[in-house]
Amino acid sequence: MKLHQLSVFLENKPGQLKAVCQTLADAHLNILTMTLADAKEFGIVRLILHDWERARSVLETAGFVANITEVLALEVPDRPGGLADVLAAVEELGLNVEYIYAFTFGRSDKAVIIFRFNDPDAALEGLKSRGVNVIGGIELLARAEK
Amino acid sequence: MCAELWNDTFGKFHPASAPDYLPVPQLRLLQLQRLQAVVLRAYDYVELFRERMGQIGLLPRDLETLGDLRLLPFTVKNDLRDTYPFGLFASPMQEIVRLHASSGTTGRPIVVAYTREDVEVWTSAMVRTFAAAGLHQGDIVQNAYGYGLFTGGLGAHYGAEALGATVIPISGGNADRQIMLMKDFGSTAICCTPSYFIHLIERAGEMGIDMKDLPLRVGVFGAEPWSESMRQYIQANSGVEAFDIYGLSEITGPGVGAECTEHDGLHIFEDHFYPEIIDPETGEVLADGQEGELVLTTLSKKAMPLIRYRTRDITRLYTEVCPCGRTVRRIARIGRRSDDMFIIRGINVFPSQVENALLQMGGTLPHYQIVLTRDKGLDEMEVQVEVTPEIFSDSVSVMESLNERVINVLEQTLNLRVGVRLVAPHTIQRSEGKAKRVIDERKI
Repeated sequence: MKLHQLSVFLENKPGQLKAVCQTLADAHLNILTMTLADAKEFGIVRLILHDWERARSVLETAGFVANITEVLALEVPDRPGGLADVLAAVEELGLNVEYIYAFTFGRSDKAVIIFRFNDPDAALEGLKSRGVNVIGGIELLARAEK
Repeated sequence: MCAELWNDTFGKFHPASAPDYLPVPQLRLLQLQRLQAVVLRAYDYVELFRERMGQIGLLPRDLETLGDLRLLPFTVKNDLRDTYPFGLFASPMQEIVRLHASSGTTGRPIVVAYTREDVEVWTSAMVRTFAAAGLHQGDIVQNAYGYGLFTGGLGAHYGAEALGATVIPISGGNADRQIMLMKDFGSTAICCTPSYFIHLIERAGEMGIDMKDLPLRVGVFGAEPWSESMRQYIQANSGVEAFDIYGLSEITGPGVGAECTEHDGLHIFEDHFYPEIIDPETGEVLADGQEGELVLTTLSKKAMPLIRYRTRDITRLYTEVCPCGRTVRRIARIGRRSDDMFIIRGINVFPSQVENALLQMGGTLPHYQIVLTRDKGLDEMEVQVEVTPEIFSDSVSVMESLNERVINVLEQTLNLRVGVRLVAPHTIQRSEGKAKRVIDERKI
């Protein structure tokens, strides 16, 4: 149920993000969601794609440095306190969150948020036992195509 | 004696400068006597010299003329590293009164030693340097070279004091305080790197002070290469007469050579430091006037004599006699080197030092490039490193601490805080053959 997230190094200069997206577009690869982390002198773009293996090879061939990290996609009730409830479970399990970012789509009553834990396996097991819905790649793709 | 009276009595001449004007035959005889003595000393007391001369079957008594110097093997910087720390000393520690050191590429610094007599010779060379720049008793010398293991600060300090000038031992850094004391104490001369002085001119301007209104009239600038256009800029914007000086710790420190008021080449104080120009490829001695690598032999050094030391500085020896009347020969100002060393803020840097720091990032050496720029007279160094899959992490904090680690390692080796920038792979230009590691965008 873990997702493979593709992270790409971006030098801090104009046109870098566009170059990544263009490379993926040219290979007909669709980005399900993404987030950009920026430091003072560089950036890291994190991408969720269905065909992450091909995306990685396409980007590396184009000269980018990329690596794969495992993340979890958690379903969160789309109401006040929805995310707080999930985070309460995270806290009780003693899980360490490195970063989170949201999906751009969702069913009207559910949001999907990507979580990067420093121990994804422990997080997956713990959260499932707490009844948090962890969404897998196939399901994610199906929702994105709706 | 007040400055005016001193000037009226002696003009620009200082008694310590007498050897500058020796008749040439007398100078050559003195050099030969000193050369024979120093080679004998090196042979007797330093294993490295004895072994090298033994390998080619040469004895000190074989040196019959100055021309025979070319029979002797060269000494190079690595010899100083290989014998770290005291392997080249020709005096027992009881006779050594001072040690200096500079940073080394592999963590091993270059160590140099001085007996009391060596310090006196060095001091006299600096007196001659200042006297050639028209300084004398009554001048107030602001010494903004760094004090410490670096030879610049103490060398200039001893020389200026022995000249009879008043020394302000302010050391380097803190531009605002430099300018405040320059104004309040009425400094008439300053010693520092030329690029730092340009920084001071610009900072003074920001503080609403025009250096041309201050008593400052002489600048003694060295420890890094600079150009005629920098001299023009300095003189036009500060009203200071700018003098170039030359020196290196291995030979003595600052004071190996200095400009006179003709500003056309630097007089080598060759009664103590014997110059040769060689072809850096073949090692063959070139005739005066031809450009090549400067090789120096310390004629008077007791604690650490160096025979035919390769400076890696490219210059030429003048054949013309200087209109100032000095008979000691001149070298052209140093424009480039025969190795890949560069100088930033007076600190010698080899790209290999940067490589050692980059290896601490883990994995193999990433492709990198050093970019040197100058902003408001201050030199900046940026190391651009191509990110490889080995060092790339999804975590911003991991990447940032990687950056910080390289900066810290470089700061420890170079004593200089440099910028490190991670760049995308394959963005640094590849050159055929030897990689071009240093891009110098400074307008020197």
